Amino acid sequence: MQFRLEKRAEPSKAMLYLTPIGAVLLTALVGAIIFSLIGYDGVRAVREIFVTPILNPLKWQDLAVKSAPLIIIAVGLAIGYRANVWNIGAEGQYILGGLAGTGVALLTRDFSGPWILPLMIVAGMVGGMSWAFLPALLRTRLQVNEILTSLMLTYVAIQLLNYLVIGPWKDPMGFGFPQTRMFTADQLLPHIIPGTIVHMGVPIAVVVALAAWFVMSRLVFGYQIKVVGSAPNAARYGGFSVNRTIWMALLTSGALAGLAGVLEVAGPFGRMVPSFPTNYGFTAIIVAFLGRLHPIGIIFAGLAMAVAVVGGEVAQTTIQLPAAAVGIFQSMMLFFLLASDLLVRYRVRMVGSNRVEVTP
Amino acid sequence: MLPRLELRGITKRFPGVLANDNVSFAVKPGEIHALLGENGAGKSTLVKMIYGIMQPDSGEIYWDGARVTVANPKAARRLGIGMVFQHFSLFEALTVLENIALGMDAKIPGRELEARIRAVMTKYGLLLDPHRTVATLSVGERQRIEIVRALLLDPKLLIMDEPTSVLTPQEVEQLFGVLRTLAGQGCSILYISHKLHEIKALCDTATILRGGKLVDTCDPKVETSRSMAEKMIGAGLKDIVRGADRIMGPPKLVVTKLSTLKLGHFDVPVDDVSFTVRAGEIFGIAGVAGNGQNALLDALSGEVHGGDSHSVTLDGHPLGLLDTTGRRKHGLCAVPEERNGHAAVGDFSLSDNTVLTARDRLGMVVLGLINSGAAKTYTGQVIAEFAVKALGPGAMAGSLSGGNLQKYIMGREIMQKPTVLVVSQPTWGVDAGAAAAIHQALVDLAATGSAIVVISQDLDELRALSDTLAVINMGRLSSARPTADFSVEEIGLLMGGVHGVDEVIDAIPA
Repeated sequence: MQFRLEKRAEPSKAMLYLTPIGAVLLTALVGAIIFSLIGYDGVRAVREIFVTPILNPLKWQDLAVKSAPLIIIAVGLAIGYRANVWNIGAEGQYILGGLAGTGVALLTRDFSGPWILPLMIVAGMVGGMSWAFLPALLRTRLQVNEILTSLMLTYVAIQLLNYLVIGPWKDPMGFGFPQTRMFTADQLLPHIIPGTIVHMGVPIAVVVALAAWFVMSRLVFGYQIKVVGSAPNAARYGGFSVNRTIWMALLTSGALAGLAGVLEVAGPFGRMVPSFPTNYGFTAIIVAFLGRLHPIGIIFAGLAMAVAVVGGEVAQTTIQLPAAAVGIFQSMMLFFLLASDLLVRYRVRMVGSNRVEVTP
Repeated sequence: MLPRLELRGITKRFPGVLANDNVSFAVKPGEIHALLGENGAGKSTLVKMIYGIMQPDSGEIYWDGARVTVANPKAARRLGIGMVFQHFSLFEALTVLENIALGMDAKIPGRELEARIRAVMTKYGLLLDPHRTVATLSVGERQRIEIVRALLLDPKLLIMDEPTSVLTPQEVEQLFGVLRTLAGQGCSILYISHKLHEIKALCDTATILRGGKLVDTCDPKVETSRSMAEKMIGAGLKDIVRGADRIMGPPKLVVTKLSTLKLGHFDVPVDDVSFTVRAGEIFGIAGVAGNGQNALLDALSGEVHGGDSHSVTLDGHPLGLLDTTGRRKHGLCAVPEERNGHAAVGDFSLSDNTVLTARDRLGMVVLGLINSGAAKTYTGQVIAEFAVKALGPGAMAGSLSGGNLQKYIMGREIMQKPTVLVVSQPTWGVDAGAAAAIHQALVDLAATGSAIVVISQDLDELRALSDTLAVINMGRLSSARPTADFSVEEIGLLMGGVHGVDEVIDAIPA
């Protein structure tokens, strides 16, 4: 007796939308069991991580602020993934976006005016693109796999960040702390709801997702991305260059990761610090898949992932759950999603041993 | 005498289709029995159940009079059923011997296996050097490996699935010789095909399927090709109607010294090809699969550049360096051989597939924005005009049967009224009724003054359709002549080229 995976004739549409929810529920269930087994109050851990952030209105602003960069980065990654371009280095592009924005901020600190912030944002997007440029060049010219190059450049970006905040960009009045000066009022994102921490980045994230939806469903650009992703030969036949598409996909996802970076540094951080890389670039990969690579799905997935991030912080203080626990929950979510996806597309069949039956 | 194989009331249902509906027939020992039917008539499903790949929902299979359940292909081989598939499963980088060894159920030492292979080859005149690498072999030679592989097991029933679709006329004759020898020794042969004159030449009995049901079991020697075709499609067959005395116009497509680069290890590039197609002319290119047809189509459509802007011209405009979009704008449309994933995207709707090639010629894009309404309207027209069986413009291309998808693709290009249309295998795997409709549409397009290039492996199709014919072999094109001036033997020899019959005579060293 052996098991075999058989492709289903047509995957159920309903299941395609239900599996992300199922994956979250399974994550909660298995998480509760695991944390009980290692000596924590597993049920409470799950409640603190998945329920408290939703029920406590004080946490809603945190959800909005944490989900915004996840959504912006994931929308960009999803565009690439639809084209079968696997940018894994959004974290590095996010850091470069933050650094480029910081660079402009440091250069313009003696000026004032409403033009400074937009300039920083443009610089951030260009910074993110610059970090996607190299993987695109290597992939299209030398067929070097973009998964490796984009991922490795993340670590270069972290070193560059450390060098800058310890070296040339260090705040001279900062008592030797490795960080830049605080940004001026013209360099900080305005808060859109007074008395909260909700900044401009939140509506920008929603606009980015809606714009991406329009681009992917109505424009030739989106069509090109989808054709190259699902049938590269048909794309060539249709007159779309695969290499040009790789360039566009990588530069778009780089620019959006850079945008998220500059919005973070000009928003919650207010200055560049060594703790700027917060794994948003990696978490966004999970968000992109949880949202089925669809911009609207990604908004919900970004919120769901923000719940886990915020809840993880709650659980750290209330029941002393280690910080790594959140990572475990996130990876379980991706694992269960991919596993259930397999079952949506394939069915498991038991296959009997080889035999000939002769019935007289 | 007990029949070798008997089917009684075999029924197989798939979601939405009844693939086989109460099919019963018998194959006698030593009989060459044809299984005839259009695409989707249920031939493949039936054969898969005999070979144990699928199980029938109901009905019984009898083998030499005893009822059997064939659980899987291994069990079928143990009973004595051999099968040669339409698509070969060979590793190109391995030798003939290695390929055969890999496919054997039992592990036989190399030396002994080689001796047995040589014995089988000599016995049936299947000449082939066991130590040659598969990549260097012609399609006909590759098929011989599959046949040898099946014969090594001493089958009592050999199933051949559309074996001649890739062979030259001479290779077909050789194959028939082998099959007749086999039948003479008592091996039954179940021969699947839709080439009626071959069935008349080879088979003793023909079972005809239509829509999963058995419509007739007849003697092909008594029937005419036309009467069998009409039983297959269940209606009268239409002939191609063409204008009586057509006059060709000025040259439209001029190809001059076109060559392409060798891309992959086993790729056959186009080598110094020149030809001219005039307005109103249908130019046929014959050849055995894998002789550079794909490279030629890509070089004409614009997917691959020839490197010289004047290598391809249309009405004198140099197109050689333009991509497919640029060439379409000048009026050159093309249809590649592979439907799924090349001419169409399976998981896109038909409407979205229309955008793939018709967006510029029919103005479906304004400022980067796709006018999906226009795409939907045009797709609806194609579906209606070419009688495509689909739920509508929103149907997924992958959900259509091969023939229907081909009708849609041909319609999508023809209704753009291209000045030059290049098509490869326009009716490959398409049923007779649909093939006739596609042929008529091509003739009608030519009548309006378009120049048409048809690349095909189906000689009957080319002889019926084309005004002028040339043969491609190893990437080189023979000189073109009016189709009527060629004899079948001549075309066959040109198709064979260096892989011709002379070479294999002494291919089996002692």
